[in-house]
Amino acid sequence: MNLKISALDFVQQVQNGDISAEDFVAETIQRIQKIDDDLHAFLSVNDDAINQAKSIDKKIKSGEKVGACFGMPISIKDNMCIKNSKTTCASKMLENFVAPYDATVISKLKQQDAIFIGKVNMDEFAMGLTTEFSAYGPSKNPWNPEYVPGGSSGGSAVSVSAFECVASLGSDTGGSVRNPASFCSVVGYKPTYGLISRYGLISYANSIEQIGPLTRTVKDTAFMLNMIAGLDSNDNTTIDNKNEDYLSGIDSGIEGKKIGIITEMIGDGIDSTVLSATKDAISKLEGLGATCEEVSLDMVKYSVAAYYTITATEAGSNLARYDNLRYGYEFPVEGYEFNSYISKARQKFGPEVTRRMIIGGFVPSAGHAGKYFLKAMKVKSKLIKEINEAFKKFDLLIAPTVPVLPFKLGEKINDPVSLFLIDINTVTANLTGKPAISVPFAISNGLPIGMQLFANSNEDKLLLQAACALESTVKLPEVPI
Amino acid sequence: MTKIGLEIHCQLTHLKSKLFCSCKANYREFEINENICPVCMGLPGSLPRLNQEAVKKATIIAMALNCSTPEKIAFFRKNYFYPDLPKNFQITQLNIYGDTSVGGSGSIMVGDKKIRITRIQLEEDPGRLIYEGSSSKNQITLVDYNRAGTPLVEIVTEPDFESPKQVREFLNILSDLLENLGVSDPSLEGAMRADANVSIEGGNKVEVKNIGSFHDLEKAAHFEITRQNSLHSRDIEIVQETRHWDDKRKITVSSRSKEEDLDYRYFLEGDIPWVTMNDGIVDELKSEMPESINSKKERYISKYTIPVQVSEVLSSDKYYSDLFEQSHNESNAKEIANIITTDLMGLVDTREKRDKSKMTSKHLSDLADSIQSGKISRNSSKNALHEIVKTGKELSQIISELDLGNVSDESELAGIISEVISAEPQAVEQAKSNPQTINYLVGKVMQKTKGKADPTKTLDLLKKQLT
Repeated sequence: MNLKISALDFVQQVQNGDISAEDFVAETIQRIQKIDDDLHAFLSVNDDAINQAKSIDKKIKSGEKVGACFGMPISIKDNMCIKNSKTTCASKMLENFVAPYDATVISKLKQQDAIFIGKVNMDEFAMGLTTEFSAYGPSKNPWNPEYVPGGSSGGSAVSVSAFECVASLGSDTGGSVRNPASFCSVVGYKPTYGLISRYGLISYANSIEQIGPLTRTVKDTAFMLNMIAGLDSNDNTTIDNKNEDYLSGIDSGIEGKKIGIITEMIGDGIDSTVLSATKDAISKLEGLGATCEEVSLDMVKYSVAAYYTITATEAGSNLARYDNLRYGYEFPVEGYEFNSYISKARQKFGPEVTRRMIIGGFVPSAGHAGKYFLKAMKVKSKLIKEINEAFKKFDLLIAPTVPVLPFKLGEKINDPVSLFLIDINTVTANLTGKPAISVPFAISNGLPIGMQLFANSNEDKLLLQAACALESTVKLPEVPI
Repeated sequence: MTKIGLEIHCQLTHLKSKLFCSCKANYREFEINENICPVCMGLPGSLPRLNQEAVKKATIIAMALNCSTPEKIAFFRKNYFYPDLPKNFQITQLNIYGDTSVGGSGSIMVGDKKIRITRIQLEEDPGRLIYEGSSSKNQITLVDYNRAGTPLVEIVTEPDFESPKQVREFLNILSDLLENLGVSDPSLEGAMRADANVSIEGGNKVEVKNIGSFHDLEKAAHFEITRQNSLHSRDIEIVQETRHWDDKRKITVSSRSKEEDLDYRYFLEGDIPWVTMNDGIVDELKSEMPESINSKKERYISKYTIPVQVSEVLSSDKYYSDLFEQSHNESNAKEIANIITTDLMGLVDTREKRDKSKMTSKHLSDLADSIQSGKISRNSSKNALHEIVKTGKELSQIISELDLGNVSDESELAGIISEVISAEPQAVEQAKSNPQTINYLVGKVMQKTKGKADPTKTLDLLKKQLT
């Protein structure tokens, strides 16, 4: 059986009766068993998956109505709640947390007969961009296991890239979907803020993060988005997308579209191969009838500093609830006074989480907020103004997803500041709420390069059209695993 | 000069659900930790879902206290660790980045004194801590989260009170107002709590927390002023501190915790988008607002010529004024006001008695009509009312069962009067020479009829028989 097919192909083939959901799921699990000891994309595998596939096959045979996924195996980043299953955020702090409810995206996909094949690895509480900060060990890049797969949704990207599932859901706070998508050569998309419900997504920096699919093709992303987007009464920040069909007209191309190349994202520190890939992408887009021109977003220079200030502040608050009193891990409370108990209990947080929470305790504190947090908020609003100004002139913006190629495991883990700077091209979409997508564009010395497109708020459909056009300009090799 | 400022926490007890989830706002009827869900327990991944009705009710309070209402309402996070706080932050409101709480600077008159309201904010109540164990060594703390997330309105005043008495007067007015608005039942346990800031001339401000009822608030203020005056008279410095009200000993105790040093790291709650309060919404709320106590009072006085004091009593208590509104018409209004404020008040002066009472507004109008038409005397009506409250039976049934009907038949009454005249020759003589003493004979008739004789008729007949 060929596992190396797109989501749309999977659905087509099961629907036609060419393959059964059960066979596909069983073979997928075999593959996970075979290769995941090395790649470590999965934190847990759903041991009921084959049974679930069987019952979907039964529904298909009996002519019952079947959801749009037809038993498609999807992996889920381990920061989204699936009822009665462990949701650890790759943290020891939530080692025993079993979610008592489904995230909105999960219940929507359940209705469409998706099968959650397993929960996948991530940086602890989504803080990191290499998946090395997982408390359960790093994931490896399937293109070269000595290299990091990116993060924080590393497990999602690895599992899609290595054919351990058909699609995955990750979350993107500052590039956490797009960065690993770029490093593993899959499509990774962060929607307009509010397009996908966050209910059931464990918050890291709630004012800027979004759930986003990681898939093999742009059309697969549109397919996933059709199922999970839209207003949700459980998340007051969601927006009404009027049941938009993101697949319809996705092949319309980009003729006549104006594309801005963000100057600050192709400047200092960019890898030369990434830069030449970017130039190549631009000429290919021009070949499809688009016009490209550089545009400067001055505030991008300060965006990473603002991003870390804001996210640390929100993280300090969002993660405060993990005091181990109501759920968490085994650590009896008797004999402790409240403050001494929680400071002991909270020692289970890993180094990166601890670092960001210490920052988060400082930057918004009385006497320092003006210098740090409030200043960061000013950068954010100026950046929004700038990008809105740019979108008056351009339909889309372009920049490489990550300014550097994937690097080796352990290479940068002890240098947090240089790690932070790698986020320079991705955080702008989060800080401004704009949609952005990373499309696999090149392989350089066996390492993937992703190209990133941005669109204005609520122009997600246009963004996917453009990404589809860009995707069609390249034919990339298959992952060597 | 003594200065007292108040921070009053008032639960919106009439709402169906909590502030951010669909658990019940009325948490009191649940077993421990039964009225909870992923949202109010702050489980990983859960998000607050703003109860729009709570915003409306809080805004109504703001308008009733003559506060300004902002164009946009925002929520903030107040970050601190405490076991009753499931998320270890409280979602509340803040005005330091512009006025975005449900109400800004307002005022209310307490007698001739204007009390300024600093702001009104909507926030979530935390859970409830229960301490067990005899000594501090083996003390354990249990947490009941049923209350966590209950909608709470905080009313902050300027330090405009000059005495505990003023505080009490204000609290009376405030609880009547809240009840009249239909937003809160101040008589429910824990529905009203307060902190007080107290200072005397030349002394530092002392914050007294944890005052569990309005009743204790006056006591706490009084205690604190006495304590501060006593320190001052001995030239001991009054330190700026937070003290707790000891409910059992009725004193304030210095709280050793460093609460005042806490840095709450306030910032915007991103999970709740700003709520736009456009003119349309504000106008709609204004039109939905119940008539104010003052307006009711004025109406009772001018329309029905009910005496000022009676009008005051009637309008300030929602239970009484609702009864009045439902039962009266043009002709019996005064009589009903009279029945409520003289006879009924003693029968239903507590919440329990009101809950138990079987009386309906129809009973009241029947009773007033019967008095006015002479079917029952004012005197007997008291007995009837007692029976109505107890049994809820129809008035006509009660009159016949208890034989309370007036002796209105003239020949029957004349017979009784003749009996009295022959039994009281001395009094008859006196009455003849001094007509003022005739009331003694009227009393005797009343005695004989067990109060059922119509006094006017009795007097008429007596006079006739004596001449």
